Amino acid sequence: MSEHLHLLHILHELQQKHRYISEASICEVAAQLSLPVSQVRAVVAFYAFFYSTPCGHYHILFSNCTSCGYRAGGTDLLRLLSQKLSVNIGQTRKDEQVSIDETSCIGMCDHGPSLLINGVPLVHVDAEKIEQMAALIEADKPLNEWPSAWFHVKDHIYKRGLLLDSSLSAGDGLRAMLTRGREGTLTEIIQSKLRGRGGAGFSTGLKWRLCQQAAGEAHYVVCNADEGEPGTFKDRMLLQQHADALCEGMTICAYVIGAYQGFIYLRGEYRYLLPHLQATLMHRRKLGLLGTAILGQTGLEFDIDIVVGAGAYICGEESALIESLEEKPGIPRSRPPFPVTHGYLGQPTVVNNVETLIAATHIAYKGSAWFTAVGTPASTGSKLLSISGDCAAAGIYEYPFGVTIQQILEECGADNAQAVQVGGPAGTLLDQTAFHRQIAFEDVGTGGSFMIFNQERDILTIIHQFATFFAHESCGFCTPCRVGTILLKQGLDKIMIGQGARNDMAELQRVSELVRRYSHCGLGHTAANSILDGLQHFPQAFEQQLTQYDYTARFELNAALQEARQLTRHDGKEAHLEQGQD
Amino acid sequence: MTHKPKLKLATTSLAGCFGCHMSFLDMDERLIELLEHIEFDRSPFTDIKQLDHCDIGLIEGGVCNAENVHVLRTYRANCRILVAVGACAINGGVPALRNHFSLKECLEEAYVKTPDMINPHIPDDPELPLLLNKVYPVHEVVKIDYFLPGCPPSADTFYRFLSELIEGKEPQIGKVELRYD
Repeated sequence: MSEHLHLLHILHELQQKHRYISEASICEVAAQLSLPVSQVRAVVAFYAFFYSTPCGHYHILFSNCTSCGYRAGGTDLLRLLSQKLSVNIGQTRKDEQVSIDETSCIGMCDHGPSLLINGVPLVHVDAEKIEQMAALIEADKPLNEWPSAWFHVKDHIYKRGLLLDSSLSAGDGLRAMLTRGREGTLTEIIQSKLRGRGGAGFSTGLKWRLCQQAAGEAHYVVCNADEGEPGTFKDRMLLQQHADALCEGMTICAYVIGAYQGFIYLRGEYRYLLPHLQATLMHRRKLGLLGTAILGQTGLEFDIDIVVGAGAYICGEESALIESLEEKPGIPRSRPPFPVTHGYLGQPTVVNNVETLIAATHIAYKGSAWFTAVGTPASTGSKLLSISGDCAAAGIYEYPFGVTIQQILEECGADNAQAVQVGGPAGTLLDQTAFHRQIAFEDVGTGGSFMIFNQERDILTIIHQFATFFAHESCGFCTPCRVGTILLKQGLDKIMIGQGARNDMAELQRVSELVRRYSHCGLGHTAANSILDGLQHFPQAFEQQLTQYDYTARFELNAALQEARQLTRHDGKEAHLEQGQD
Repeated sequence: MTHKPKLKLATTSLAGCFGCHMSFLDMDERLIELLEHIEFDRSPFTDIKQLDHCDIGLIEGGVCNAENVHVLRTYRANCRILVAVGACAINGGVPALRNHFSLKECLEEAYVKTPDMINPHIPDDPELPLLLNKVYPVHEVVKIDYFLPGCPPSADTFYRFLSELIEGKEPQIGKVELRYD
C-alpha cells in the first residue's frame, strides 16, 4: 500500500485544500477507494483534525495540556488571541480568515505553551507573541514569512543513559541479527527481559514469539508512534534523532516473526516529522537496509510505510491503532484475540512502541547481558522520561529502572514539588509521601510522562483538566466510558464552582470505580485514575471547595426559578430556593 | 415468634401522572399480604398530609416546581430509604418534553395564545408554586437510594422490590426491569 492512497492521507489533503471535507468529497473519496460512504463519513466524524464546516485560512489549535497548554504560563492565551482577532472560540470568523480552538496535548511540554497553526507546532507562546501573531494573521502573511524561530522544536536532553549514550551505525543491528540467526536473535530479546515502553510493560520477546508462532497469510510489524499521553514527548525526540535505529528494530522484528511489511503510525500532531522520516526510509532503501535483498541477502525483504493519524488519543491503544491503519474510526477491538494473532487485516501483528523497537536494535547489537546489567530484575534496562511542569529543566531524561521519584525531582530542579503525575493523566498521581517510590513496572510504571506540580498549584484544577481530557477523548463506543467520563467531569465542575457537597465526593468515588471496572478498553480503565488518587491522597483539595450542605442540587436551583420570578413578578422569600439540604 | 415491627411506607407523586401509583395498586390481592409487613404513612392512598419518620419513601414524577423541591426534600429528610419510581422520576419523562422550550414559550402557548381565552395572561396567583425552568429528575435534587425503572414499573417490580426490603435483603433490580425493549 502506498502512503498517498491511505484514506487518512486523502482526507488530510482535502482538509488542507478546502479547509473542510464536504459531503460531496466524502462520496468521491468513497468511490475512489471503493469504500462504503458510511465508513468515510464515520472517519471524517471521528478524527478531530477533519472538519465538516470550513476552518479559517489560519487554523489555530492551542494545546490544553497542563504542561504545554494555553494556561501553562499563567495567562489564558487562547482567550487572549481570540479577543485580539475578534473570533469566537470554536467558530470560524465570518471572513474565514481565522479559526481558533483547543486540542489535547501536542507533545511540546518542554517548550511551554504551544499550539498548532495549520498543523505546524508553534512553541514558547506568550502574550507578546500572541500580539504579533494577531498582526501577522490580519496582514495575511504566509506562515513561511513568520519568524522561523517560532517553529523551532528543540530536543532538550538532560540525561543520557544506556540507550542515548550508545552509538550505532545504520545496519549494525541487522548484521548482528544475521550472525545470530532468527532464533538466536529472538533468544537474545527474550533474555534481555525487554518490556513494552508504551506503558503496559508486556514482554517484547514473548510478543514476538507469539506472533511468530501464529498462523496467517502475512505477518506485520507496527510501530506505535501515536505518542498521545499528555506530558509525553520522548518519542518526538527519538523519531527526530534515532529514526534509523527505529527502522532497524522494525526490520529485526520483521525478520524474527516473518513479516514483509511494516507501518509507522505517526500521530497527526507530529506530521512535521514526516519529511524527516520519509528521508530516513529512502536513505535506508538506498543503503540496502530496507526493500528487497536486505544486506544482499536474497529472500530478506521488508519495507515500511508511514500512516499519519488525525487527532485521536485513543489510536494509541493498539487495537484502535490497527483499526485506524485499516482506514476506519479508531474504536478499540474486543481483546482477545490480541493483535499478535489477529491484528492488521486480521493477520498476526506485532505492535511496539518507538522506544521498545529502538531498545531491541541495541539489544540485537550488544546482547542481552549489556541490557540486563541496568535496571531492576523485573524491569531491565532504562526508561526515557519526558519531564515537564514545575521544574528548572524540562526535557528528556534517561534513567535506569529503579530510580526514585525523589532523585528525579532533585536532578531536574524541582525543589518545591507538591505532587507528581507519572504516566500521564492515565497514570498515577503521587503525593510527597510517595516520592521514595521507584520508576519500574513493579512499582510506579510509566510510558514516559512525568509531570511535576509545585506547592502553588491547585490539584483539583489539574484533576479537572485530566477529566476534561478523557471526556473529550472517549471514543464513545461503550456507555460506561462515554457517559461515565462526562459524569466525572460534571461532578468536578460542580465542586470547582463551589456548589459541591460531601455527597459529591462519594459520588465521584462511585462513578470512578464504575468507569474503571466496566469500560471496554484501557482508556476507560484508566480515565478515573487521577480522581481516585486525588480523593485518596489530596482529599483536602476537594473538601476545601465544598459547601456546608450534605447534599446540593446538581443544577443551580435558585437560578432555575429566575424565569418564573420574572414571568409572575414574584420575588419574595417563597420565590427562592436553597441550593442544598443537610 | 416475635412480631417484626411493620415498615412505614410513604409515597408521593410530583410531576407525574399517578400511573406509577396505579401500577402499585395492580399488586391486587398481594397488597393484603404486604400490609402484614407494611403500614402506609403520607400517601395519596391514605390522604395523610403530614409526613412522619418512615422507612421507605417512593417518589413518582420529576421535579417541575418549587413545591416539588420542598416535598422531595421533606421526603428525603424523613425517609431512611428514598426510591425514584418510574421514568419521570428517573429521567423527567413526558413532563420533561417541555425542556425543549423556554418556560415563557410554554406558558404563553397555554395561557396567552390559545384561542378564545378570557383574560389571557400568564397565571401569577401567589398560591401557585413557581415553575422551574426545566423538569429535572429527582436525583439531581436529593440523594436517591434506589431507582425502579419502567413507565410504569410493573406490579411485579414493586412486589419484588418491597419483598426484598421486608426480608432485609439488598434489593436487586433485575435485567428484566433494565432491558430496553
